[in-house]
Amino acid sequence: MSAGTTKLDVTVADVVPVNELVTRFHFRPTNGGHLPTFSGGAHVVVEMREHEGATPRLNPYSLMSSPLNTAEYTISVRRDDVGRGGSLFMHRQVKPGDRMVISYPVNLFSLDLRAKKHLMIAGGIGITPFMAQTAQLASSSGNFELHYACRTASLFTYGDVLAERYGKRIHLYHDDRGEKIELARLLASQPLGTHLYICGPAPMIDWVRNTAAASGWPSETVHYEHFSAPKPGLPFDVTLAVSDKKIRVGEQQSLLEAIEAAGVDPPYLCRGGVCGQCETNVISSDGKFLHNDHWLSEEEHRSGKKIMPCVSRFEGRSLVLER
Amino acid sequence: MPIEPTIKSRPVYGTLSPQPGTDHLFIADAEGAEAILDLAKSAPPGFFDAAEIVFIPRASGDGYLAALHALKPARFYEGPSIGAALPRLKQTFATAHMGLRLYLSGTEGLIGQAMQAALDAGIDHSSIQTEHRGSLARRVQCVHCKGVTEDVTTQPVTCSHCGLLLLVRDHYSRRLAAFQGVCINAEDQSEKVPVEEVFR
Ligand code: FES
Repeated sequence: MSAGTTKLDVTVADVVPVNELVTRFHFRPTNGGHLPTFSGGAHVVVEMREHEGATPRLNPYSLMSSPLNTAEYTISVRRDDVGRGGSLFMHRQVKPGDRMVISYPVNLFSLDLRAKKHLMIAGGIGITPFMAQTAQLASSSGNFELHYACRTASLFTYGDVLAERYGKRIHLYHDDRGEKIELARLLASQPLGTHLYICGPAPMIDWVRNTAAASGWPSETVHYEHFSAPKPGLPFDVTLAVSDKKIRVGEQQSLLEAIEAAGVDPPYLCRGGVCGQCETNVISSDGKFLHNDHWLSEEEHRSGKKIMPCVSRFEGRSLVLER
Repeated sequence: MPIEPTIKSRPVYGTLSPQPGTDHLFIADAEGAEAILDLAKSAPPGFFDAAEIVFIPRASGDGYLAALHALKPARFYEGPSIGAALPRLKQTFATAHMGLRLYLSGTEGLIGQAMQAALDAGIDHSSIQTEHRGSLARRVQCVHCKGVTEDVTTQPVTCSHCGLLLLVRDHYSRRLAAFQGVCINAEDQSEKVPVEEVFR
């Protein structure tokens, strides 16, 4: 298997509906004992199998439980009714007592503990890594402040829990009440030595990153995470030049999953277009790339020379990859 | 003697350039003023309205005062030594906000000490601009008595605290903002070693 993706056998200990869109899953080690330690911001890749022997679908989810508790891991999954069904599978099929396979935790969104203060900005389900990070910081009396925006009160996942735990350090913004983060002011009032963390929808991440850069925040102090879920799309054919295989990527399959289903084992870590591990060279192409990653530069996207198969797709006559 | 870029612990310096930010703090000594004046040529209009210059003229910097004042920074401070300016800097850092950008230019001693104060304030090392100008004189810490000797231009040098004859090594400590000096004639202190002017 790929680097950093050693597997863990877990049993679903609990399934807790949080609100109309979000459900929380608790995993305990199937063979007892403790799970590996992790730091706030880490994610695991969850394998979802429709039935015994089926090729698994693998989706990344941030761990949201306290890093101090290795008796169990918890993740929260937002139901996506138009996605490829990974979240629907979790919501509809996964029951307490089920055995599942998840990867070791990998952290691509870790706290910089040299910071004097941690300023966190969350949107929607982007709150999950901050659940773990705030728990970690609170246990070491770290200085943090969280600004969290959501559409409506009923969808404010863990808003109440956070407010209860951390009081004035938590600031909640309801979109439907016209509440907005006053970002420029917020950024300008942070003490020197503050680091900024953003997790949420792509437009929010762009907005915060651009505002921070314009306000003189060095890029080393700005951290963000945005997992794209692989999008479904039209089927397309691909030639894998190195392994000499022709494959078809199904409507509900990612290119990475199709490559794996053909018995080729490419590297990956996040399966969400952020880590860069799965970067693949394009040997030739005739058609249009549908890039969905946050790894390649715009220039690389335009060049047609590279693709991130975990999230990106293709439409056209032919695609030959160096894989 | 040119600065040897190959030595690992040796700090690497760049060229100052205007950064996006809400406040700009320049700390310079002697010929370090030239780095500020060069940056000013490419700075956007109004850049120095939000700038403070802390300048230590030392022996060779008085000639730059007029040109620096002509940049019309919001604040200008002239001091006798970086050591004397440090308490003020620490105060500035303690109350400053994100958006403050830091530009250090001049001797290694100044850059190192200002950098140390900035790191203590939590400013990320890679986000501080530095440019080496002027004397190659080193700030040397004696590994035996821990005393620091400023403006060392010779090899070896006599420790200004304990009097041992020190070989100035290329080992630079960012934490101490100093090079390491090790006794060169520990076996026989009467042994005479030729002293050469090398760091100028
Ligand atoms: S696996 Fe991380 S970018 Fe594709």
